Amino acid sequence: MTGKKGGKGSFEESLRRLEKIVESLEQGKVTLDEAVELYEEGIRLSKMCNEKLKSAELKIKKLTKDMDGQFQLLDMDEHD
Amino acid sequence: METASNTDRKILTVTEITRKLRIYLEETFPQVWVQGEISNCKRHSSGHLYFTLKDDLAQISAVMWQSNAETLLFAPEDGMKVVVRGAITVYPPKGNYQLDVDKIQPLGVGELQLAFERLKQKLAAEGLFDPRHKRRIPEFPQAIGIITSESGAALHDIRSVLSRRFSSVEVILIPAKVQGPGSAEEIAQAVNEMNRFGKVDVIIVARGGGSLEDLWAFNEEIVARAIYQSSIPVISAVGHEVDFSISDFVADLRAPTPSAAAELVVRDRAEILDILRNMCYTMRNHLEETTQGLRRQVQSILASYAFNRPKDFMRESAQTVDEFERSLNLKFRHLFQLAHQRHHTLFLRLENLDPEGVLKRGYAMVRKDGRVVTSSRNLEVGDKATIRFFDGEVRTQVEE
Repeated sequence: MTGKKGGKGSFEESLRRLEKIVESLEQGKVTLDEAVELYEEGIRLSKMCNEKLKSAELKIKKLTKDMDGQFQLLDMDEHD
Repeated sequence: METASNTDRKILTVTEITRKLRIYLEETFPQVWVQGEISNCKRHSSGHLYFTLKDDLAQISAVMWQSNAETLLFAPEDGMKVVVRGAITVYPPKGNYQLDVDKIQPLGVGELQLAFERLKQKLAAEGLFDPRHKRRIPEFPQAIGIITSESGAALHDIRSVLSRRFSSVEVILIPAKVQGPGSAEEIAQAVNEMNRFGKVDVIIVARGGGSLEDLWAFNEEIVARAIYQSSIPVISAVGHEVDFSISDFVADLRAPTPSAAAELVVRDRAEILDILRNMCYTMRNHLEETTQGLRRQVQSILASYAFNRPKDFMRESAQTVDEFERSLNLKFRHLFQLAHQRHHTLFLRLENLDPEGVLKRGYAMVRKDGRVVTSSRNLEVGDKATIRFFDGEVRTQVEE
């Protein structure tokens, strides 16, 4: 499992950060050094988001419980 | 042999056989769903409900105790087709068995409609549909919980929409029966389990289209309450556009169909790629603007009065020097001219002083012993002297 509820590193988090960066650059209240740093971070985030979007196949997992009542995630067959 | 067979033969008392039957029946049928038609329905003054459930070939006595009977959203009547849930119990004093019912579901459309309206009113009065209670559906869910039948059309539809629009999302399915006896309980439990699991951002409760009876599980109170209590936002996607279920009212968002739920829950990949592209473009523009701005600032500083003072000073000084030089030159030239003029005058005057000129005018110059004699007193009789004329000299001797 990756993080839950839009935690750090999630797509939503990355996109929000990207929005913040664009906003900061738009307001133009940053120094040149900061602007360059923000820009680099923004490009990195946008690449990450792009890759996530392009990541291939939809995966469905079935949530079940084992004998001890612990949650278990099983990959579901595409053709059932 | 007779005595032997007598000892082999186990003889039970009526109480014993009844007890055995009771244990057997009650252990074998702790919960059954039975479909039939209500007859001989009587509501006792105590609130207990007694009736017979029958079909063409058989019948079974049933009782619903007051605590359960009072939760009924409709009044059971003779002739009503129902599905009941209950346990088989045995009543030893009378030696009969009966169905101890805790739940009655109407089967006919009219009764269902009635039950639907009653539950809707009841839950609305309790505030389960209150818009203030509705949670926000996350814009970019990372994991989506789905509660539906593993083999149903709903899952297939949701899967194909998600694959097309946003395949990087994680989908967690809890399979649940979405139709028939026990389905409401399974759906409600799945909602609770999904909350306990917790690692999803939104839950879709879904079922494809069907008759009112088919969709009935989503009109059950237990499902409504499970959705209401979910701490994870729930989207209800039951049946077709025209079908409204109680779960639709209590959920945080109603989707007309399962496919529509999938469309509502994730943005289209292409749309987000567009947004990303725009963001990159904007970022680059603003960075360029920032550097341009700074460049302009630097240029304006370079061009500023203060920055250019030293240069100006130097230029001014250079100019002053140039001017000095020029005026100096002028002065020199002037002095030179003056000197030249004076020299010329002097030259002219000198020229006038030349003895040759005087000699030419008829004067003569007398010299004695190489020296000019300017007075007669410097000569004595007998002295020899040279007289110079303009065109030559003669030697002479003083006589007197």
